[in-house]
Amino acid sequence: MKTFKNGNLLVTSNPHITDSINTTKIMTLVIIALLPSLIASVYIFGFRALMLTLVCVVSAVFFEWAFEKILKKPSTAGDMSAVVTGMLIAMNVPVTLPYWQGVIGSFVAIVIVKQCFGGLGQNFANPAITARIVLFVSFATDMTTWADPNQGRIFSAADAVTSATPLGVFNESGAAEAESMFSLKQMFLGTIGGSMGEVCALALLIGGIFLIVMRVISIATPAAFLGTIAVISLIAGVNPLWQICAGGAMLGAFFMATDYATTPSTASGKIIFGIGCGLITMIIRLFGAYPEGVSFAILLMNILTPHIDRFCEKRLYGNPAKEAKKAAGQAAKKAAAEGGADK
Amino acid sequence: MGLFSNHMRSIHVSHHKDTAGCESIVIPVPEKVYISMSQHIGRPCQPLVQKGDHVKVGQLIGDVDAPVSAPVHSSVSGEVVSIEESRSALGRTDTFVVIASDGSQEPWEGLKAPQCDTKDDFIRAVRDCGLVGLGGASFPTHVKFNPDNLDQCDTLIVNGAECEPFITSDHRNMLERTDDIISGIRLTMKYLGLTKCYVGIENNKPDAIAKMREALKDLPQAEVVELRSTYPQGAERVLIHETAGKTLKAGQLPASVGCILSNVTTIMALGEYFRTGMPLVKRTVTVAGGAVASPSNVIAPVGTKYYDLAEFCGGYRSDPKKIIAGGPMMGKAQNSDGGVLVKNTGAVLFFDERQAKLSEPTPCINCGRCYRGCPVGLMPKEFAKAFEAGDLERLRDLKIMECMSCGSCSYVCPAKKPLAFINTLSKDMVKEAGI
Repeated sequence: MKTFKNGNLLVTSNPHITDSINTTKIMTLVIIALLPSLIASVYIFGFRALMLTLVCVVSAVFFEWAFEKILKKPSTAGDMSAVVTGMLIAMNVPVTLPYWQGVIGSFVAIVIVKQCFGGLGQNFANPAITARIVLFVSFATDMTTWADPNQGRIFSAADAVTSATPLGVFNESGAAEAESMFSLKQMFLGTIGGSMGEVCALALLIGGIFLIVMRVISIATPAAFLGTIAVISLIAGVNPLWQICAGGAMLGAFFMATDYATTPSTASGKIIFGIGCGLITMIIRLFGAYPEGVSFAILLMNILTPHIDRFCEKRLYGNPAKEAKKAAGQAAKKAAAEGGADK
Repeated sequence: MGLFSNHMRSIHVSHHKDTAGCESIVIPVPEKVYISMSQHIGRPCQPLVQKGDHVKVGQLIGDVDAPVSAPVHSSVSGEVVSIEESRSALGRTDTFVVIASDGSQEPWEGLKAPQCDTKDDFIRAVRDCGLVGLGGASFPTHVKFNPDNLDQCDTLIVNGAECEPFITSDHRNMLERTDDIISGIRLTMKYLGLTKCYVGIENNKPDAIAKMREALKDLPQAEVVELRSTYPQGAERVLIHETAGKTLKAGQLPASVGCILSNVTTIMALGEYFRTGMPLVKRTVTVAGGAVASPSNVIAPVGTKYYDLAEFCGGYRSDPKKIIAGGPMMGKAQNSDGGVLVKNTGAVLFFDERQAKLSEPTPCINCGRCYRGCPVGLMPKEFAKAFEAGDLERLRDLKIMECMSCGSCSYVCPAKKPLAFINTLSKDMVKEAGI
């Protein structure tokens, strides 16, 4: 019988088996979760929604590949993370956005926000959110021109009849008018003006539940985010469900406030993050000059993430800092007692 | 422990318990056995025999005068052909007594079932038996059974969880050797003055749970606790929490919460020793993995070479690419199939090319799965960052020493980072630096 010696055998540290999950699979699950929203946006706004999404996805993957090629880094273009970013950028812009601006959004997200900070998992800000904000401040008109889905689907940007968004009306004329103009049913099904992916709350909910069931995201962040919006709405006397369905709240809560790299890893940190997002969102909606605040809220909380994670670091069986303090206190007490005895 | 659950954190691993239905078979006595003098944690034994000596089954062949140690007995009858230094399963250099078997398996005439009156007699008998933690820890049982605060201990926890994938030897012992387990439990409770006993068994072994419940019917102080089939239910800290409902703090031993732990196979060996007087010289071992033709459970003498086990199980179906002593989560990869069975080897796995294949690590995506997967509640991702930065103080503050190397973090990592390996290295570094 053959005896196997050194060289034939692999000797590695335990464990010798691993789960079948990997980064590409996780990203693919997120893409699947975004499909209902993509389908809804094509159904609501028309064929141009699909074209704009394709432009964003292809350009995002291209920038990822090209940047790593130029810097001679190992390529991560195949791990689907750039596809997710591209899809999210498309979900965050109006259907009438010129294609070249979508490409600029992908450039900002992939090259500036993601790759310049070290690539996958290293960026501190959410690429799609930052791209949305950059586009918003750079091309304010194009980014606030909303096609009216009730006037028919569009094939090119010129076909669009523009309309107001629920939050636009809310900001201009107050809750009563906005809530009577846009019914809760409209808000839920998405036959309203707004960014491509954010209008249909139903599709976002399906995708979000899918991600939670598949254990890709934790329920903590979206629950804390949307819960805070509801609580503040109740306090402010506006319809909480209407606020949750309005604007980017659902898209942000399920798909962007749950981004691994830019949000806390600890369970309690996720809750703090979600509450912070909800709070800032509602402050901007109720008191700000801008009608919508989800992207600013998430970006601001992204910046706080390392601090939240530090703060929430699991204090396993007692906090070392506290224990040291306690020990020091006891030592001081003991010294004082001894000192007293000496006298 | 999660927000909505009173269980300690654990992960789902694929079980691969294909040999659960394989009744254990006694293998023919190998031509030669290689008995390690260091089959326990603690100082190695000195060989008490010389080349040319004739030994019989159960005869003492190695011992050492140290508080943490366990004697070693011959597992075959025959002639000592050499005493040699060689690599052990842990990669250390150990002394091995090589015995050529004469095939008669004649028991040593000095063997007799021990008579005990007091706790001290019992502890001595446990040591004489050469008993160590057979679940994998190999800590001398007589030390574990005799903590300083034994009078404050009231609970015996028997570990029948067998949470490691592939291994089914404990499972088979619970089905086939129930009587020895029950008498082991009774003896331990009686002599250590324990009033309560929990037997923790994962619920993927319903037949073992039923059998043990039935057998423990007339021992009302003992209770079989059905554990979830998640990894690592058999870890000391997790098991105490899931059965007795107590939580071990950092650095605490089970005795500090009044518990004495033992693996079910250890308890079984104890029962057998008190019945027959035969010390620990053989064990049930699961031989499995894609490279073995017919995976099974075998009862083999201590000192059997891995290739003898593989040969008995139908030989190799394909070239083994990785050989593991123990389970796939915590077992040690071996550098050859010439390694030998020691007391605590519950399984020898022969992985084929597909099973041995490693995935290439990719960048960490900060998903936090390693946080959720750690049964102790540590932060493996932060360990890796501190390790890469060489920050030993940060490693210590993150409580690296609480890591029990269960491997859960590496298992769940989607980026396939070798987190458990990083933890093991970090622990050594922190220990060496003495901070």
